[in-house]
Amino acid sequence: MDLEALKREIEARIEAAASLDALEAVRVAALGRKGTITELVKSLGQLPVEERPRFGRLYNELKDSLERRIAERRKELEAKALAERLVRERLDVTLPARERPQGRLHPVSQVSEEIIAIFADMGFSVAEGPDVEDDWHNFEALNIPPEHPARQMQDTFYLSSRDARGQPLLLRTHTSPVQIRTMRAGKPPFRIIALGRVYRRDYDMTHTPMFHQVEGLVVDRRTHMGHLKGCLQDFVRAFFERDDIPVRFRPSYFPFTEPSAEMDIGCKRSKDELVVGEGSDWLEILGCGMVHPKVLAAVGLDPEVWQGFAFGMGIDRVAMLKYGIPDLRTFFEADLRWLKHYGFLPLEVPTSWGGLSR
Amino acid sequence: MKFTLPWLKEHLETTATADEIATKLTALGLEVEEIVDPTRALEGFTVAHVLEVHQHPNADRLKVCKVATKDGIRAIVCGAPNARPGLWSVLATEGLVIPATGEVLRRAVIRGVESQGMLCSARELGLGEDHSGIIELDPQGLEVGMPASRALGLEGPIFVLKLTPNRADCFGVAGIARDLAAAGLGQRKSRDFSPVPATIEARPRIRLDFPKGHEDACPLFVGRIIRGVRNRPSPAWLRHRLEAVGLRPISALVDITNYITFDLARPLHVFDAEKLSGELVVRFARSGERLLALDGRVYELDEGMTVIADATGPVSLAGVIGGETTGVSEETRDVLLEVALFDPVRTATTGRRLGIESDARTRFERGVDPELVLPATELATRMILDLCGGEAGPVVIAGAVPQRRPPLVFRASQLARLAGITLPPEEIRRILEALGFGVEGGPETWSLTVPSWRPDVTTEACVVEELARLHGYERIPPVSVTRTAAVNPVLLSAEQRRRIAVRRAMAAQGLLEAVTWSFAPPETMELFGGIPVRIENPLSSELSALRSSLLPGLLAAAARNRARKQEDGAIFELGPRFVGDQPGEQVWAVAGIRWGRAQPRHWAAPERSVDALDAKADALAALEAAGVRTEPLITTTDPPPWYHPGRAGRLLLGPRTLAVFGELHPAVLSAFDLDTTVVAFEVDLDGLPKPKPRAGKARPPLEPLPFPPVDRDFAFLVDRDLPAQDLLEAVRAAEKKLLREVRLFDLYEGPGVPAGKKSLGVAVRLQASDHTLSEAEIEAVAQRIVEMAEKRCGAQLRR
Repeated sequence: MDLEALKREIEARIEAAASLDALEAVRVAALGRKGTITELVKSLGQLPVEERPRFGRLYNELKDSLERRIAERRKELEAKALAERLVRERLDVTLPARERPQGRLHPVSQVSEEIIAIFADMGFSVAEGPDVEDDWHNFEALNIPPEHPARQMQDTFYLSSRDARGQPLLLRTHTSPVQIRTMRAGKPPFRIIALGRVYRRDYDMTHTPMFHQVEGLVVDRRTHMGHLKGCLQDFVRAFFERDDIPVRFRPSYFPFTEPSAEMDIGCKRSKDELVVGEGSDWLEILGCGMVHPKVLAAVGLDPEVWQGFAFGMGIDRVAMLKYGIPDLRTFFEADLRWLKHYGFLPLEVPTSWGGLSR
Repeated sequence: MKFTLPWLKEHLETTATADEIATKLTALGLEVEEIVDPTRALEGFTVAHVLEVHQHPNADRLKVCKVATKDGIRAIVCGAPNARPGLWSVLATEGLVIPATGEVLRRAVIRGVESQGMLCSARELGLGEDHSGIIELDPQGLEVGMPASRALGLEGPIFVLKLTPNRADCFGVAGIARDLAAAGLGQRKSRDFSPVPATIEARPRIRLDFPKGHEDACPLFVGRIIRGVRNRPSPAWLRHRLEAVGLRPISALVDITNYITFDLARPLHVFDAEKLSGELVVRFARSGERLLALDGRVYELDEGMTVIADATGPVSLAGVIGGETTGVSEETRDVLLEVALFDPVRTATTGRRLGIESDARTRFERGVDPELVLPATELATRMILDLCGGEAGPVVIAGAVPQRRPPLVFRASQLARLAGITLPPEEIRRILEALGFGVEGGPETWSLTVPSWRPDVTTEACVVEELARLHGYERIPPVSVTRTAAVNPVLLSAEQRRRIAVRRAMAAQGLLEAVTWSFAPPETMELFGGIPVRIENPLSSELSALRSSLLPGLLAAAARNRARKQEDGAIFELGPRFVGDQPGEQVWAVAGIRWGRAQPRHWAAPERSVDALDAKADALAALEAAGVRTEPLITTTDPPPWYHPGRAGRLLLGPRTLAVFGELHPAVLSAFDLDTTVVAFEVDLDGLPKPKPRAGKARPPLEPLPFPPVDRDFAFLVDRDLPAQDLLEAVRAAEKKLLREVRLFDLYEGPGVPAGKKSLGVAVRLQASDHTLSEAEIEAVAQRIVEMAEKRCGAQLRR
């Protein structure tokens, strides 16, 4: 038998196999259970004993060589098949992608979290109080006398009903009653902010009957006006994310603080723009002061022992300033276009360590 | 409060510029809103003298004037009826900007005659409304070519202050000057308050008549008769000064009272004595009494109001406004000057009730200086005699100057304690004395007599404010407030964190966050099963109740958006809803709505309308973000009445409703003019199971099972009305141990399925924790599933 010829013949068939299936057929014909080569190996037993090792070696070499050749050919055919498949498979990737709609947070929520992040870093926790208040918490305890203009019907929303003791009920006109509730419910020292809705009977270009305030209160044995200045200065610089914001404190008047102040920040006003943090104009952003001794006394704290500061600031207003939102009234209209434009993505979580905003 | 620089300089010897003064005022807490300098607009305008007036050759109504100007004799075309030889007026020359119009004056040829400038009216100069002719200057002391602002006696810079209500004293120029002097900006000068001796014996009959205990309504009333006055227009300086602060000059007598009101924060009044009949009584008004006031209106008075009355009834509303019938006129010969003290609270109440804002009320309701009553009487008498002539009678006093408040003890240590600064004792003394305090004692404990014009200073803290203010808030060194712990403890409550998480989860669901009013129209509250909490004094009926549900605000927003062609939308709100009218009867709630298409039109997504299951997904996302495990929840098909009865439901944990969701009732939608499908969900966050604080944070170990899972699909035929939840429950009930997952993967009705039936495809995954499942085990479970589905739901396995 001419092994060389046999090898050449099978190799030719391997080369000629045009598909993986054809190649498999060639392999089975040669190396399968009844394949030519397999049969050859089986016939070794019929050879003289002394011949067997030599032929055994020859047959094995032949088998190995063909197997190698088949494996190579398989790779070639696989590569060819893959190339053909890839030519066949097509998707127009210029098509618009499937949409996953993104919602957004209202600027008031985002800015509230920014404010919390900053004050939390200074050790403030967040207190809360009701929107419906009684006269005592909203006015009386805050040293606002009955004849004060803020207590009149034209400025404050009153409910038609009264409380159990016959006191008038109203919608809180500021977040300051939360100071009173916090101090009445707990023990000093206090270091809290309180955020929430407040209500005033006013509706025009720059006022809405509902808006948002943040109140701050620090009461301990040693906090003075220097701390008030430092705390609020640190706050505005962190909030507006500019270390160089000029800050000014002016004497002012509130019934519930003494001494009282208003805080201005430097800004530049032009016809239709207001840039915070530069320029020669001043913009008032919050009212503050040392908690009035009568307020401390009203909540049962000895003003000779306890002292501290309080402040109140409009959340909507600082949101407008920081993010350049021109009109307060639009905050409450829920216009989809506005919400998409001025809103914040759910993963833009403000933190003091990672930054408040992008 | 407005005043001018020259006016201030009558009370303050200073070289400071207007800007320096403004900066200091603001630093003192007397905030300067604006400085207006009317002289600036008139720069370049000069005095001119009309020499001759000729008829314009080509126009009947025009004249050609020969005018002496700074540049010599000029011809000026003028249409003013009052143009006449000898008139002194104001000339604008080419290139100047006319203040009233902002236009640049250009050379003009008018009907063939060149006009070499323009003679201006008061209105054109921005000095008032008079446009009846060119402005006429008082010739005294004028020279051709002198600056018009000087000739007009313009006052120079006008300061506009935004005063805080505690500074009653600064509603007068004198008070402002005192603060500035105390802050080191100059020397204070005093007006001449020396007594004007009486030269006639005329005494007014005045009496205070208040019920016992109400004498504080008017503790002091001073009257003085001045006879033989001539009530002419005031001199130019006075008129200009009043005009500069926005007052209309009327006549010398009225102008003097207005002047002293602004000069000393001391309102006073003059009656025409001949129009008064009988005794003047200061008393409470009687019900039904009326007053025709100086503003021309008739006011109905009531018992809480203090009036000055003569025999005929009220002639003046104390501290608020005078009466028309007894006011002074050009014919007035004899006057009664009134200088009184009225109770601030009653004055404010009266003014507010009648809707009268007046310069007198502004000052009385903040408190006028009780010790200034007599000095101001002398000053006013002197001014009246100077400007109107006449002879004054003696000062007649009813009541008495209220007692001074007792001295205030002030400890210097309070300054360091509250303001964080220390001042040397001599500086403390200097500042307080400059402010008018009587100062004794020190260096630690001081006894202070508070000046009569500072009713606002009542406590040591007030004195601290005075010292800090005068020393300068800017000189208080800032001290940072740092947290006390190296690492902050958790500062938000579990509920607060939960709200933040829910809010962000809702946005992640594709909903836009809205903030809508806490108010709602009461009738819509009834649609949502709420009892409206009514507001007594709402701004409108739309805003006349507190919302008991967040949905009305969201639905109104949807309607507005639809009107703006926003056909599809998804919004939510997280905020309070009100369940009662008492403080604390409110609940934190989250609600959301979706309307229109479920997704924007897209090639890869079949177009469909939103449905209840979109709202259900939102509700589940809210609950999950709030820390509620949603697997044990069951859905019931009994929604509240504002939902579509067949397309809405509740999510329950045991017997508790955690959320409601579904399509809104068509009747509700039509109440909001919505003509599209709207789905909604509502969750009360306060009603959810409280997140349990766990001591250990470690989670149980993950034990990935090494044995292969087996998936089996079943297609069941069930009645069309069978809730899918029942079938899934039946499948789950069939096998407790091996069932790892049950999933509804198909819902089909149509050809191949009998009428009244539907086909539900359920996929299950089976896996044992300790061995590989055998065919027999798998088959047994499948058998039980089929049996249970049939037993509980009448389900047939589809072959």
